[in-house]
Amino acid sequence: MIEAILNYEFLQNAFLSGLIIGAIAPLLGVFIVVRRMSLIADALSHVTLAGIAGSLYLSQTFASLALLNPIYLGIVASVGGSVLIERLRRLYKHYEELAIPIIMSAGIGLSAIFISLASGFSTDLMSYLFGSVSAVSRQDLVVVILIALVVIIFLSLFFKEMFVLSFDEEYAKATGLPSRSIHLLFMIVVALVIAASMRIVGILLVSSLITLPVATAMRFAKGFKETILFSIIFGETAVIIGLVGAFYLNLAPGGTIVVTSIIILFAVISIKKLVLNFSRKGIEQ
Amino acid sequence: MTKSLIELKNVSFQYEHTKVLHNISFSVSEGDFLALLGPNGSGKSTLLKLILGIEKPLTGEVNLFGVSTNSFVNREWIGYVSQKSNAFNSSFPATVEEVVKSGLTKKVGLFKRMPKNSKELVIEALKSVGMEDYLSRNIGQLSGGQQQRVFIARALIAEPKLLILDEPTVGIDHENVQSFYDMLVRLNEEQKKTIILVTHDVDTVSNRISHVACLNQTIHFHGYKKDFDAISNEQLNDWYGHSVRKIH
Repeated sequence: MIEAILNYEFLQNAFLSGLIIGAIAPLLGVFIVVRRMSLIADALSHVTLAGIAGSLYLSQTFASLALLNPIYLGIVASVGGSVLIERLRRLYKHYEELAIPIIMSAGIGLSAIFISLASGFSTDLMSYLFGSVSAVSRQDLVVVILIALVVIIFLSLFFKEMFVLSFDEEYAKATGLPSRSIHLLFMIVVALVIAASMRIVGILLVSSLITLPVATAMRFAKGFKETILFSIIFGETAVIIGLVGAFYLNLAPGGTIVVTSIIILFAVISIKKLVLNFSRKGIEQ
Repeated sequence: MTKSLIELKNVSFQYEHTKVLHNISFSVSEGDFLALLGPNGSGKSTLLKLILGIEKPLTGEVNLFGVSTNSFVNREWIGYVSQKSNAFNSSFPATVEEVVKSGLTKKVGLFKRMPKNSKELVIEALKSVGMEDYLSRNIGQLSGGQQQRVFIARALIAEPKLLILDEPTVGIDHENVQSFYDMLVRLNEEQKKTIILVTHDVDTVSNRISHVACLNQTIHFHGYKKDFDAISNEQLNDWYGHSVRKIH
C-alpha cells in the first residue's frame, strides 16, 4: 500500500487530502454539533451538489469551460448557501430551523435540473456524490490545503470567541462580542470545508465526517479541548481505514469512511456500557 | 458622592406593536445591591437587554458609567449571569475551568491569546464562589446551584465593576437559595461589587439588599429596601397585577 502511494500521484492526492479533511472536518464539527447545527452541513452539501452539477453542465455545454474544475463552482454555491441560510435565519427569527429545508430543497432542486440538462448521471458526478480514490487531482489537493489554512487561521484568531458563542450565545451578545460577524465567518468556513471534503467522502456523506467523530468523542471526552482532540483522532482513523479499504476492495471511499466511523461509534458506545456495568457490579460487590 | 453606574432617562421600548417599557427613569449607584422586581412579562429581561446594549430604546437614553450604551466600549466592566434554564446546553462538553476561563474573552480582546496565568485567575474566581474543588469537573455534572456559582465565577474573572444576574435562583432548590444570596452579599460587601439582581419572586429578596426597584412596564418604586418594606401588600398587589406577599 505504502509503495503504491509512493508510486502513484492519484493515491498521494487522495491520502493527503483525506488526512487533511479527516482533521479539519471533525475540528469544525465539534462547534457545529455543540451548537446543534448538524443539519446545516447537510443543507450546504446539497447546495454544493447544485454547484458541481451546474459546473458539469456548463463544461458539457460550453467548450471553453470544458476544463473548469467543478470544485470551484461547488465552493461558490456552498459559500453562497451559507450566507443565504444566515439571512433566512434572521428573517424567520422565531423559526430559524426553516432556513435548512429551504436551502436544502433549493440545492436538490437545482441539482436535479442541472443533472437533467446534462442528460443524466455521469461517472464523474457519481464520484462527487460518494467520493473517489482515483478522482482527486493535484489541483483538488491544493484547494484542500488552502481551505485547511483558512480553517487554521480562523480558529487561531477566533477560538475563544467561538467557544463563548457555542456555549452560551446570549452571554456572548451580552458581553458585546461581535457574535453575528463571527458566526457568519464560521458559516463561510464550514461551507469551504464541506466543498473541500466532497472529493473524498462525497457530497451525500460529508456531514457524517463532520458529525460522527464528534458524536463518538462526546461519549467519553472530558472538556471541550479533549472532545476536539478525540474527534480528530476518530476522524483520521476512519479516513485511513476507509481509504485503504476503498483502495483494496475497489469501493467508494465515502461509504467505507462513513461505515468505519459508524463501527467506531458503536464500539465506543458498547465499550462504555461494558465499563459502566463492570464498575456498577464492582460497587455492588 | 457615589458614582452613577447605570442611568436610564425616560426610556420606552416596544416589540413591533407591543409596548413593553414606558418612560423608565432610574439609576444605580456604585456599591448598590439592587433587586429589580416585577411579575413575569413586566419587561425585566427587556430592560436588561437595553442596559446591556442588546436592544436599543425607542425613546430616551441609557448611560453606562456616564457614557451612552451606543458608544460604551468597556463591556468587561459588566459581568452578566443569564437565566441558567435557557442559557446553555447542559450536555455541552466543557470543564468548569474552560467555562470560567471563557469569561476573560472580552477583556483579553479579539485576536489575542488568553493570559498565561489564566488558570490561577480561574482558581481565584472559583474560590470567591466556593467552587475551587470543581475545576476539572464537566459543567453538566454539577447541580443547578453549583452551575450558577460557576457562571458567577465566569463573570467575576474579568473583574467587573457591575454584576447583573437575571433570575439566578430559577431551578435551584430552596436550601441552596439562602447560601447563594449570602455569597452575593459577600461579593457586594467584601469585593465592593455593584449588583443588580433581577427576580419575579418578592419572597427571595434578602434583607441585606440595599435597594429595590419594582417594574411592571414602568417603574412603580425605586428606593431603599427599608422604604420598600414599608409598602403595603395591597399596594404591591396593585403594581404586580396579582396577589403577592412580602416576607420580612
